[in-house]
Amino acid sequence: MRRSLRYTTAAAAAGVLLLAGCGAGSGDDAADSTDDTGQSGEGTGEDTPAGEPTALTVGFTAEPANLDFTTTDGAAIPEALLVNVYEGLVKLDQDTGEIVPLLAESWEVSEDRTTYDFALREGVTFSNGEEFTADDVKFSIERVQSDDWTVSLKSGMDVVESVEVLSPTDVRVELSEPSNRWLFSMTTRIGAMFTPTGVDDLANEPVGTGPYVVDEWNRGDSIALAANDDYWGETPAIEAVTLRYFADPTAANNALLTGDIDVIGTVQAPEALGQFEGDERFQVIEGTTNGQVTLSFNNESGPMSDVRVRQAVKHAIDHDALLETAWAGRGYLIGSHVPPTDPWYEDLTDLYPYDPERARDLLADADAENLTLDFRIANLPYAVASAQVVASQLAEVGITAEIEPLEFPARWLDEVFTNADYDMSIVAHVEPRDIGIFADPDYYFRYDSGEFQDLLAEADAGTEDEQVEAMREAARLLAEDAAADWLFLQPNLVVAAADVAGLPENRVGEPFDLTGISRS
Amino acid sequence: MLLQLARRTLVFALSLLLASAVVFAFMAVLPGDPARVALGVQATPEALAATRAEFGLDQPLVAQYLDWIGGLIRGDLGRSYVTRADIGPQVFDRLQVTAWLVLAGMLVALVVALPVGILAAVRHRRVSGMMLSGASQIGMAVPSFLAGILLVSVVSVQLGWLPSGGWVVPAEDPVQFLRRLILPALALGIVQGAVVTRYVRSAVLDVMREDYLRTARAKGLGPYRALIKHGLRNAAIPVVTVLALQLATLLIGAVVVERVFVIPGLGSLLLDGVGNRDLLLVQSVVMVLVIAVLLVNYLVDVLYAVLDPRLRRAG
Repeated sequence: MRRSLRYTTAAAAAGVLLLAGCGAGSGDDAADSTDDTGQSGEGTGEDTPAGEPTALTVGFTAEPANLDFTTTDGAAIPEALLVNVYEGLVKLDQDTGEIVPLLAESWEVSEDRTTYDFALREGVTFSNGEEFTADDVKFSIERVQSDDWTVSLKSGMDVVESVEVLSPTDVRVELSEPSNRWLFSMTTRIGAMFTPTGVDDLANEPVGTGPYVVDEWNRGDSIALAANDDYWGETPAIEAVTLRYFADPTAANNALLTGDIDVIGTVQAPEALGQFEGDERFQVIEGTTNGQVTLSFNNESGPMSDVRVRQAVKHAIDHDALLETAWAGRGYLIGSHVPPTDPWYEDLTDLYPYDPERARDLLADADAENLTLDFRIANLPYAVASAQVVASQLAEVGITAEIEPLEFPARWLDEVFTNADYDMSIVAHVEPRDIGIFADPDYYFRYDSGEFQDLLAEADAGTEDEQVEAMREAARLLAEDAAADWLFLQPNLVVAAADVAGLPENRVGEPFDLTGISRS
Repeated sequence: MLLQLARRTLVFALSLLLASAVVFAFMAVLPGDPARVALGVQATPEALAATRAEFGLDQPLVAQYLDWIGGLIRGDLGRSYVTRADIGPQVFDRLQVTAWLVLAGMLVALVVALPVGILAAVRHRRVSGMMLSGASQIGMAVPSFLAGILLVSVVSVQLGWLPSGGWVVPAEDPVQFLRRLILPALALGIVQGAVVTRYVRSAVLDVMREDYLRTARAKGLGPYRALIKHGLRNAAIPVVTVLALQLATLLIGAVVVERVFVIPGLGSLLLDGVGNRDLLLVQSVVMVLVIAVLLVNYLVDVLYAVLDPRLRRAG
């Protein structure tokens, strides 16, 4: 009777094989259709026939906690929604970094640089059907100033004195003092235009004027955007965009390799790029971002309050070698808190050449030989990798940097950012044009320079040329003062299926602009 | 009998209370200010204070604990600090996803463990049996996440047979759902299967040594026939117990496997919650898991008492 068990076992084995076989069979079918459309049918649930690709799936790392950037901070929400779902009066040109018209057709600035007259585009509607008028501009700007907005970016709107509706398509904004920063900040989330009837449930139901609307949000997984049929401008080439979120970079890479997604919007592990380069199915795009990986110093207390020690640290770091080791050579060396896409960028990398001898001299001057530093970094891949190189290079000049990775954001925010309990730290500062953080003596750098603050104020109030001049000077001052060290600028690394065109090379502003993307 | 039941229920309730206090205490000592993390570096001091007040974070710990427990008893899990949405529905959504994973993992475990365990027991003196038993030993040593990574790189990336991750609601697209379930279920189930195999083997071995089986054999039944007719039902009792206890391990394994396969289940919710210091959410998810595990144990206890007269008397 041994046979009966054999049958049972055989049947069970056959069952397993059958199960696997089914999976494999349907897998092949689906893999074929995936190759044609690059869309897995998941999320939006619609596969388009070959030759008419209108869908795109983009992988990102950080999922928005909710969809309301008026009360929730972080880069993830504007990354997904700004320009795509919400539009402002102006936006940043992806290539030149210039401020260009969006919902405003044009604008005029008064002689004294405090009055902005905007002429609005006609025929613009919100996705809930409301018409966009000058009243909405007034509503949106005043709402930023109200308690409804809680992120401190809202302070960018403090300079606005009044908003006056001149006609349904003309609106005048009066500033209390001239401010170049204001118009720029209108390209960020605080410039987004809302309608009074569309702000009830911003966390779940965004209502904007953009080319896309939020179609479906599968928490923990993806956000599906659908083309807005009533869009005032040119309809985007891609009708359905799914933004999928991967906490683990390897999972994102696998999803791209298997055709589950078409684009990785921000590659987090540059060493993994090798598997895509030289593979004709994929293209790798490498550009710049606003993400300065900053080796921050505590300018106020401890050994780093001595400028000579800060300078010694800068001289002791071989930035080329660091970038090569820590971030696979991907990224850009910058000498100050300015990315190359800003109009006042200047190459300052020569200010502190790698010179361990000079570093030792400076330390001796400062009576700071055999120094031990609390090196409390964010526990993020780029920071951990960079910190190890920094620590070993500092060891060469006699500085012991004790690395302590702090869980980011929670612990890092508490101990380094809020309490400034550190000597050195590493974190990337990714906000566009955020050099102003050094003008705030309470910011965790605790850098307090009247001269620097004056230069920024001057830049803000002056004409365009004066602004560029003063900003350039400010950036140089910051570098000379060794207020911090800039290890490298994060690269904008995008990997995409070969047929995807129009992907932004540089990330100049907050949004991941989907409007120019197409597929061939 | 009723006394037994009352005693077990009391123990169950006390365990729940104790667990809730421990969970809450762990959250309370976690470093990091939840309001700061929720609002980010850009938050104004006023906004921080408002958020703390809104969620009662400015209250004493005991008050926060009582508030939370009170809510739990009423079935109100509170609102997330970060998403500001009700936690209950989120947990329920994610629980459905994780439940599929656990069930499928269990199924895989059974499909592996039953035949392999029985064979290994019956042939325990032969090379084939020893090899099976050795294989299960190795299987136990492989962590689910490693199994997951291996499966993805071979089955998805190299062979392109199945998607490397993601999730589809079964009602929406059953085929896609199954395709996305297979690999995570295998990653979870193979490891569990190896564990359960050991128990099946030893349970069957025990049964084979029993007198009634010897009697059955003496009456002329073959070893397998005798086992199937008289042995398996008795061997099933310890195996079912182990399966129930393994639910807890499966839940924990699911947390990791969800990460590897990008599945929006309880595990992902939990990990994101910890990162975001969404403490109320984390507390609630952990409590739901604890309740699930304790409930299973409680039910197993009760079922025993009801089903097995010997245990009832022995108490």
